[in-house]
Amino acid sequence: MKKILKNKLSQFIINVIILAAIFTIVQYMLNVGILNRFYEITLTSMCINIILAVSLNLINGFTGQLSLGHAGFMAIGAYVSVVITNYFELPLIIGLIGGCLGAAIAGFIIGVPTLRLKGDYLAIATLGFGEIIRVLLQNIDYVGGPAGISGIAKQTNWAWLFGSVILTVIIIQNIINSSYGRAIISVREDEIAAEVMGVNTTNYKVLAFVIGALFAGLAGGLYGHYFYIIKPETFNFLKSFDILVMVVLGGLGSTTGAIIAAIFITVLTAALQAFPAVRMIIYALILILVMIYRPQGLMGNKELTIRSFGKIWGEKR
Amino acid sequence: MSLLEINKLNKAFGGLSAVLDVSIKIKENELIALIGPNGAGKTTMFNLITGVYKPDEGDIIFKGEEIQGLPPYTVCKKGIARTFQNIRLFNDLTVLDNVKIALHKDVPYSMLATVLRLPSYFKGEKALENKAIELLDIFNLKDKKDEIASNLPYGEQRRLEVARALATHPTLLILDEPAAGMNPNETQDLMKLIKRLKEEFNLTILLIEHDMSLVMGVCERIYVLDYGQLIAEGKPEEIRGNKKVIEAYLGEEVG
Amino acid sequence: MLEFMQQLINGLSLGAIYALIALGYTMVYGIIKLINFAHGEIMMVGAYVGFFSISVFGSHIIVAMLFAMIACAILGVIIEKIAYRPLRGATRIAALITAIGVSLFLQYTTVFFLSPQQRIFPQTAFQTKDYLIAGLSISNKDVFIFVSALILMAILQFIIRKTRTGKAMRAVSLDRDAAVLMGISVDRTISITFAIGSSLAAAAGIMVGIYYSTINPLMGILPGLKAFVAAVLGGIGIVPGAMVGGFLIGILETLVSGYGNSLYRDAVVFGVLILILLVKPTGIFGKNTGEKV
Repeated sequence: MKKILKNKLSQFIINVIILAAIFTIVQYMLNVGILNRFYEITLTSMCINIILAVSLNLINGFTGQLSLGHAGFMAIGAYVSVVITNYFELPLIIGLIGGCLGAAIAGFIIGVPTLRLKGDYLAIATLGFGEIIRVLLQNIDYVGGPAGISGIAKQTNWAWLFGSVILTVIIIQNIINSSYGRAIISVREDEIAAEVMGVNTTNYKVLAFVIGALFAGLAGGLYGHYFYIIKPETFNFLKSFDILVMVVLGGLGSTTGAIIAAIFITVLTAALQAFPAVRMIIYALILILVMIYRPQGLMGNKELTIRSFGKIWGEKR
Repeated sequence: MSLLEINKLNKAFGGLSAVLDVSIKIKENELIALIGPNGAGKTTMFNLITGVYKPDEGDIIFKGEEIQGLPPYTVCKKGIARTFQNIRLFNDLTVLDNVKIALHKDVPYSMLATVLRLPSYFKGEKALENKAIELLDIFNLKDKKDEIASNLPYGEQRRLEVARALATHPTLLILDEPAAGMNPNETQDLMKLIKRLKEEFNLTILLIEHDMSLVMGVCERIYVLDYGQLIAEGKPEEIRGNKKVIEAYLGEEVG
Repeated sequence: MLEFMQQLINGLSLGAIYALIALGYTMVYGIIKLINFAHGEIMMVGAYVGFFSISVFGSHIIVAMLFAMIACAILGVIIEKIAYRPLRGATRIAALITAIGVSLFLQYTTVFFLSPQQRIFPQTAFQTKDYLIAGLSISNKDVFIFVSALILMAILQFIIRKTRTGKAMRAVSLDRDAAVLMGISVDRTISITFAIGSSLAAAAGIMVGIYYSTINPLMGILPGLKAFVAAVLGGIGIVPGAMVGGFLIGILETLVSGYGNSLYRDAVVFGVLILILLVKPTGIFGKNTGEKV
């Protein structure tokens, strides 16, 4: 017992040290300019994509409810947070919290009626809601209509991004590795069996949906405060498909898979910046080939841990 | 007073009656069998009792409370647990997690404690784990706790399903063909286990079974369904000689 | 009242287009329970085939339409063979994700080879003229679209009701296992369904080209989604439902643009979708079926 505790503690300390090291090294490279503007943008997109992928994975991967409207929640997060900081001139942290709450409330309002639907019907309904959010934003003059809001002060920096990623991953992982998380997963595994075992599946679907939306809102807020401008068109359903590609590639139900896929897709996007059509063709092929040859994604529902690195190392020897 | 009282229950699917005016009474601590030819409406009865289907008419009274039409998770919380005819485990999860999910309805820590990893989370998780392992031990599955449920051999999957049902600590346990696919030896062991569980957990048990040796061997009373209707009720020896029952079964064999 | 009639007439030709596309969605869904997300893109390919056959070979609009229908029928069959057939035993979600992939693939290979810019659909093939009848302005393009759509639907009805192939299609969609036992080749029937659905989409593509007079690689997305909504509205899997749904959505859309704010018309269509899904997911003509446990 003591030994296990000690192991856990030492694991925890190792994790903290590794994360602190990553943070400091990147911050240093940004400070001295080893990472130029292009890399900085890529890094920012990477962090935002990780948050989006990990949060969508909670809905699509762990709960097994295919949502195609994630970009809509990102949009709400972006708009609410920018309105708070730009129009009311409140600090970024309030803006981000407001964005998260706005997205979570939207998630609740949309989730309660639609989550009664199953499978492909749910997918199409969420796609529809995502588009409705976008069209509504286009028609609200207060937030600039189709032109959106521009001239947003750049406040998102590496510290905010890194902190947000860590926060997202830890909170979602903490939920997954708990009795609540098991209830969420049981919905994916067998809804009827879960109900009969006392799990109120509707509640847990909505819970996962709201939490997923909340973090999509966070990603939206970070996005808005980095790229100077937000407009409804950015958050159309192709953006939702982008996030879906990451989740599918990484493995439905694997947080580390979602992270790795988000990083890979961001790098791919940056590398193919000059060839947007090629990038989309590759996305398309990823979706098709993964579904045909490895429908569980790269990681399946397994997680990559430091220990599994150790295992590979041990096997090699 | 009866633990479960079903009055004039009706359920039709697209104009076809699956259950027709069925009334059943079960007293506390009884071991009852529900038998009948294939398609007689037995599983539909179970689905109605556990809230998977909503009845068209009639009421189901459990511990003096009307429970018909309630959602399955509420029925579960009231103290009814079940297994499925075509095993429905959480296939991709470990044996341990299968049981832990069934323990979720009285999860001993809050969502906040979960997110912040407060001490109550660690204490609660430990308690859940101990309870789950304790249950698995009864079913000889303790050593397999980390295996993926779908990798277990058939007989063990059936046992795991019963263990999972028990984890919700029910008063009434409903078993849908627990011995299906088992050889006579395994069936013998299962009979012993069911009897033991009944005593140890102070359970009332209702089961569907085609294996007559099991039904006649352990059950105290038997209800017989045919074409959705109750055609007989009584002690095993009464049912054995009942003409209607024999006809229902023979009719099935001939037709 | 006149204004309303005018909107109604405008809505009919748009509705006819949606109905044609919706038919493909509904037929495919009826037979393999797949929302063929790429269906709108097949329509787009049809529009391009028509565009090139008119602008390069100078073919007549009817010839161009037949040509596009044949090309897309082949494309539909190939897509089904390569992308959907390997997933027939997989979950519906996996199939849906694949369909999204196919849709993106068609869009962006077209962008890659034919550039993303929009093209003017050749006016030479179709000289538009407006007629004033009883105070209503009616364009010959609306008449052409409406009439040819009706002819195609009549042919489809004939195929489904009267031919062996149609019987096989109905049989497979009712009960695939029983159909196999009756000696029906399921693979072949599914291929034919894709071929017919895709050729209808191709015809719709030409009509979209005439209707909006421009085409581009992403033109399939919105009409595709709206036609899907039409299919759901009518009751997905039900052929007459798709026709009725298509006309309803087309008329609704023109009414919203005519009387309300045209910026909202897409949102209204999606609103309709969500409303149906929540109130009667089986659609206008659908029967309610409970899940069997």
